[in-house]
Amino acid sequence: MSDAPLAVSARDLRRDYAMGDAPVHALQGVSLDVAAGDYAAIVGPSGCGKSTLLNLLGAIDRPTAGSVRIQGKPVESLSDREATRFRLLHIGFVFQRFYLMPALSAAENVELPMAEAGLSRAQRRARARELLRYVGLEARADHRPTQLSGGEQQRVAIARALANRPALLLCDEPTGELDAHTGAEIIALFERLNAGGTTIVVVTHDEELAAAARRVVHVKDGRILSDTRVR
Amino acid sequence: MLVTLARASLAGRRARTALAVVGVAVSAALLLDMVMLASGMRASFRELLDVRGFTIRLAPRGTLPFDTDARIDSAGAIMARLGANPDIVAVSPVLGGQLHVLGPGGGVTAVAIGINPAVQGDYTLRTGHDIAGPDQAVVSADLLAAAHARVGDTLDVAGGYDAQLRAVTRERRIVIAGTAHFIYTPANPKAMAMPLATLRAMTGAAGDPVSLFMLRLRAGADADSVQRWIERAIPRVSAVSTASALRQVDRRLSYFRQLAFILGSVSLTVGVLLVATLVTVSVNERLGEIAVMRAIGVSTRSIVAQVMLEGVAIMLAGATLGLGLGLVTAHYLNGILSQFPGLPAAIDFFLFQPRDAWVSLGLLALAGVLAGVYPAWRGASLPIAATLRDEAVA
Repeated sequence: MSDAPLAVSARDLRRDYAMGDAPVHALQGVSLDVAAGDYAAIVGPSGCGKSTLLNLLGAIDRPTAGSVRIQGKPVESLSDREATRFRLLHIGFVFQRFYLMPALSAAENVELPMAEAGLSRAQRRARARELLRYVGLEARADHRPTQLSGGEQQRVAIARALANRPALLLCDEPTGELDAHTGAEIIALFERLNAGGTTIVVVTHDEELAAAARRVVHVKDGRILSDTRVR
Repeated sequence: MLVTLARASLAGRRARTALAVVGVAVSAALLLDMVMLASGMRASFRELLDVRGFTIRLAPRGTLPFDTDARIDSAGAIMARLGANPDIVAVSPVLGGQLHVLGPGGGVTAVAIGINPAVQGDYTLRTGHDIAGPDQAVVSADLLAAAHARVGDTLDVAGGYDAQLRAVTRERRIVIAGTAHFIYTPANPKAMAMPLATLRAMTGAAGDPVSLFMLRLRAGADADSVQRWIERAIPRVSAVSTASALRQVDRRLSYFRQLAFILGSVSLTVGVLLVATLVTVSVNERLGEIAVMRAIGVSTRSIVAQVMLEGVAIMLAGATLGLGLGLVTAHYLNGILSQFPGLPAAIDFFLFQPRDAWVSLGLLALAGVLAGVYPAWRGASLPIAATLRDEAVA
């Protein structure tokens, strides 16, 4: 166990859904600590509750029971507005399907969270250029998502997730839509980010992505089966 | 950024947006026309009454000016009585009648107005000079053309017709001093104005009758108190101030206003429903996008603002287009309604006033906001995790 402060701490998380008359117990008492600077991969079969866990860790869903603390702050008690603001400033999200705004250029997509946070246009532009340079896309700053390859779109999405310097980067199948070569580029980017101190939690089926993490958490049927530190 | 997203959302679905804008434009045109109709005729009537500065009109007791053939007798005595009131600075007597301009092919029947040229308020001189003698007249351009005459020509004019003799009577030679625009006559009038005494003589009027008086008051005089004084001092006339005439018009036009209100409300409702439907469909197509924006920390307020901005943008684009369309249709409809018999040509049913445009634009902008309420609420209240899951499955 690391001595670093906890970036995220989940205790006895339960999440039930109503599906018709039968309730679905997506998570059945999951506890998980992720230290600041750690890089954890959550793996498991489809429908095991990985994405549900990620949503709870990212404060975009509320647990049926249990608690989540991010940087020591209990997020399940936040109002919708507070949770939105908290996500904006403290959590970065990367999705399998990139979900860039098609109407905005790469740079504008990166600027979007900063605009919401109230940064000036000059600050946003400078930071967006810096992030696009970091992910190797400075030359594509003015391109629309439809003019970018899948790998490029995902790198823009990662730059967007980092825009407000979040304490935690949550990634849901970030290589799921990419070919092996492009996936490897994203994996390398995550390693570089983590080496720079960014805390990363990824949900993945991708063995290579999981192998790149410092820690692998196996989930099955809404429970953690194993939690292995691999490096 | 929100403006960019809203604009892009609309621009990304050009055909649909264009159709919605055209739909709103039709709705806005109807709304503008109804707002113009609701206030236009009244404003036009007020302009017509005020155009020469006469603020009180006297008609035979129980009648309205321009509304009857009845006459006021002993006009001289009434003028003398009116002269006793220091608030009244000018009295313009007007007698209406009909004359026959003789000529080859049967001649022309004309509306005739007997006035005092020094204080008249019935016409504006266009060419030539004003009436300077008892046998002079100013005529409308249409009468001039119909009589095949020119300014300076002499016309043979008759005031009556004897059926037994099969001959015109009270014939007189009248010199055309000039042409004039007649303010209170219907469109394209065959009209002439001449001295009051001349017309009385030609129409065979006994005594000194007039059809009405128009009174000009000194600046600052209270028209209502002068009106009350007149009705006390001269009980056989009805005094109608501009304000009271407008009240009468208001009563008569209440059906117009109700119709305008109902049609305007219907057009506004149709516009709201049209835009609400379009923006709701647009939001439904972007649920994943909106859920992602919410996930990365974009506030519900920003989402609501973006969606409402789309609604307002469509409404305002449609309103701008509709403004032009409304003016064109109002002009066309006005042309039709102005042919209504007996109405002065200067009366406009659809009078454009900048205030009407602002009222219409304001109502449409408000309608745009209203149209955005449901789709904005739908976008802002999305369950983020469930929507993302559904999007991933889709």
